[in-house]
Amino acid sequence: MTRATVPETKYLIIGNSAGGIAAAEAIREVDREGAITLVSEEPYLAYSRPLISEYLAGERSLDSMLLRPLDFYERNKIDALLGTRTARVDFGHKLVELEDGRKLAWRKLLLATGGAPIVPKLKGSHKKGVFTFTTLEDAERIGQAVSRGRTLVVIGSGLIGVSLAQALVHRGVAVVMVELMDRVLATALDAEASRLVEEALRREQIEFILGQTAKEIVGRPEDGRRVGGVILEDGRTIACDGVVFAIGVTPRTELVAGSPVTVNRGIVVNRRMATSCRGVYACGDAAEAYDFIHKTNRLIPVWPNAVAGGRVAGYNMAGRRISYDGSTGMNSLNCFGLSTVAAGIVESKDDPTCEVLASSGPADGTYRKVVLRNNRIVGMVFVGDIERSGIVFGLMKDRVNVRRFKETLLSADFGLGALPDDLRRKRLPLANSQPGGPRRNGG
Amino acid sequence: MGCGLCEVYCTLAHSTSQDLIKAFKRERPRPVARIRVERTDGLFLPVQCRHCPDSPCVNACLTGAMYKDPRTGAVAVDSYKCNGCWTCIMVCPYGAITRDIDKGIVAKCDLCPGRDVPACVANCPNEALIWAEDGAGGQSSPLVATAQERTGGH
Repeated sequence: MTRATVPETKYLIIGNSAGGIAAAEAIREVDREGAITLVSEEPYLAYSRPLISEYLAGERSLDSMLLRPLDFYERNKIDALLGTRTARVDFGHKLVELEDGRKLAWRKLLLATGGAPIVPKLKGSHKKGVFTFTTLEDAERIGQAVSRGRTLVVIGSGLIGVSLAQALVHRGVAVVMVELMDRVLATALDAEASRLVEEALRREQIEFILGQTAKEIVGRPEDGRRVGGVILEDGRTIACDGVVFAIGVTPRTELVAGSPVTVNRGIVVNRRMATSCRGVYACGDAAEAYDFIHKTNRLIPVWPNAVAGGRVAGYNMAGRRISYDGSTGMNSLNCFGLSTVAAGIVESKDDPTCEVLASSGPADGTYRKVVLRNNRIVGMVFVGDIERSGIVFGLMKDRVNVRRFKETLLSADFGLGALPDDLRRKRLPLANSQPGGPRRNGG
Repeated sequence: MGCGLCEVYCTLAHSTSQDLIKAFKRERPRPVARIRVERTDGLFLPVQCRHCPDSPCVNACLTGAMYKDPRTGAVAVDSYKCNGCWTCIMVCPYGAITRDIDKGIVAKCDLCPGRDVPACVANCPNEALIWAEDGAGGQSSPLVATAQERTGGH
């Protein structure tokens, strides 16, 4: 490929979800005119992946899942090539070849390619009725395959598995969750919060098989090509009408295979979200970005981090030097009415450098825990009453020394008012302008 | 002085009935106050959304429901898109976003559209709340701000 004969775009974004959209908006804040081309293999306007669970439950249609208004691409002058797969990237000549044969030259490239669900290579995993659950199309497929009274086995009990289980319950489908660890949401939550969420799920008749995973998927007696059951490692067979693998996602790095872009587990980026290849950036589930708690680059495949990284990538692509503050693992869920948020190091085990403060409400399902290291918050878990958890998250993100007031962090009335005066005034400044009111209507 | 009238009038302003007794006693879904008076150790601190120029809640929102109004700078939530995942609550450094449990979505200060002055400010008997514009960072955001902290006598 040579650059001279192909059309050029200034900014090429591969990916149309959290990271790609955030980057495009950041670019437009800085550069109002430079050509932006966004390529996505999915044919839809950017939609909220976390909402596919409500879509499957029948509670939501695509129009209420759109991340941005319908005129978003037009208003931001983004040339969106939807339903278009990227065939390959030539990093040397700064060219991209799309699957339909079109070629494009780019000056700055963002890889916001996301993650792909992991499907283990088991005997029978190609059968009809084996699913994953990360895209609208996945939700559509599962929705067509299930009906009231059917049984689905969900392998994995992370956020995707749990959100899927909730949707299936709404559809009247019996759910058996198989989890390799000894508890649900084992990477997102600590043991106590896991127990509370598991109880909430059991109340909805979801069945759990912990400490187990699938060994083989077997067919039906009348049709061997269709899923009829799952054989677990311990030899048990669970009869079912379908199986969903929800054991995690792996960064989609196929476009950089054999290229000068450094890949560890994900695409490695610096604090400006730039890869090892000049002019090439990465963000979201595809990238390994900075974690401010672990003080190293890690894969943290959660939505808010994709947005944060995408914004930083976009600013830098457009020439505004902005450094990524870093983020950390963070998850929030509303599981059949049980509110849970958790971030940072949630289970410190016997780490002698960590101090754990934990409290449990009477029998009302509230639970609070804060993990400290050298009087700085490194982790938090809130269940039930979560309204002030963001204040704790802010103290953690800003590495605030909480020695003077740490005993108040768990109290039911903890808030900004509980902070020492000097710290409170810094974090909640009093009005710095005259009364009278702002301009209404932007005028 | 911790009277809590801002909470009362905020709840009323966001009720369907616009009637004080109905709003607190009978209305379902229950109207939710978007301002909270913290009462700690004799300190009274009204807390509400600061409509941050770089809003953590908007950046964290999983559904596109939370957005910054490009015209006014106010941070607003589209209740049609919100699914009550609470991610915005997890990252709000002020703890200023509330769960509207009955509706299964979040509630936050919307600066009382349609009113000249937000209900909390209009009904604060002590001028502890003011209607202001924060010019920090070169961007301006409208907000209800705390003019003075009040301490209670005890």
